[in-house]
Amino acid sequence: MLHTVNKSPFEKSTFESCLNHARPGDAVLLIEDGVYGAVKGTAVSGQVAKFNGDLKLYALGPDLAARGIKDASLMEGVSVVDYGGFVDLVAKHDVSQAWL
Amino acid sequence: MPYQMNGTTVEHDEEGYIEELDKWSKELAEIIAQDENIDMTEEHWEVVNFLRDYYEEYQIAPAVRVLIKSIKKSMGKEKGNNKYLYTLFPYGPAKQACKIAGLPKPTGCV
Amino acid sequence: MSMEEDLPGTGDQKKFLYVNRRAPYGTIYALESLEVVLIGAAFDQDVSLAFFDDGVYQIVKDQDTSGIGMKNFSPTYRALGDYEVTRLYVEKESLEERGLTPDDLMEITYEDEDDDWAEKPSVRLVSRAELSEVMAEQDVILSF
Repeated sequence: MLHTVNKSPFEKSTFESCLNHARPGDAVLLIEDGVYGAVKGTAVSGQVAKFNGDLKLYALGPDLAARGIKDASLMEGVSVVDYGGFVDLVAKHDVSQAWL
Repeated sequence: MPYQMNGTTVEHDEEGYIEELDKWSKELAEIIAQDENIDMTEEHWEVVNFLRDYYEEYQIAPAVRVLIKSIKKSMGKEKGNNKYLYTLFPYGPAKQACKIAGLPKPTGCV
Repeated sequence: MSMEEDLPGTGDQKKFLYVNRRAPYGTIYALESLEVVLIGAAFDQDVSLAFFDDGVYQIVKDQDTSGIGMKNFSPTYRALGDYEVTRLYVEKESLEERGLTPDDLMEITYEDEDDDWAEKPSVRLVSRAELSEVMAEQDVILSF
């Protein structure tokens, strides 16, 4: 399954809920304000790291760029995708769940 | 044109559903029915009252198939069927009867 | 398509899960979800609902909106059985986190056509892990 998260983890518990409900092998794509959850050294990154490995984490490049987040600031294991990559992820997974 | 009743008026939307549900009365129902070319009989009232009870309990006007099923359950299959209900309300038992019952358009209509 | 007609089945039923994660009155999501469920129920699919996170607040009993000028739509969940929506998955952990127990929830039932119309509870309490499995089994997940 592909999960997308579009809320900042500092404002909403959406990302946390997603992580707690995702199953090993699932992919999680962070978009819009959700991309703040991909940054290392934050109050949530420790918790996110616990799922790294079981889950594949992605962040949408244009949303990172818009928010001034450089690749070097991202947690280890996060892959950056463009819009084409977003489409590929949706196509690759049978089901998508949007965490709003 | 709003519905006219005893010198007062009751607003409705472009399809004839009244806008403030608490403006409904039996007299108004008769007036709406006239607009729909329906002469209210005891059988019509039975369906209208059933819809009002359903709305009171669940806060929705049921979709037509739900209405038919529910009427079948409570009044038997002589009344809980398409033919009987469409004979009473030729333009659709849910749509037309809801309008006369002063309820919103049924939920579950597509 | 006329609203007065039943929609034909596609003969190819898919599993639809509506995910409810928001409290009922602060945003429009809960009401929108419920309306979509009722409209979508015409399409002869296998529909179930999940309530977790703040979504569990949608189905607690004794809601009274008379003081806030909003419609209390909680009674409508009890009509879901008439629309053949008979499975409401509620996550135990979400209840516990909010100090709620199953007794705080409305009684929501359906009549089982295959069992002489016996009245049965629609609410199914599931653990977080069980809910994850339910979500993994779906063809389509609609989030609100």
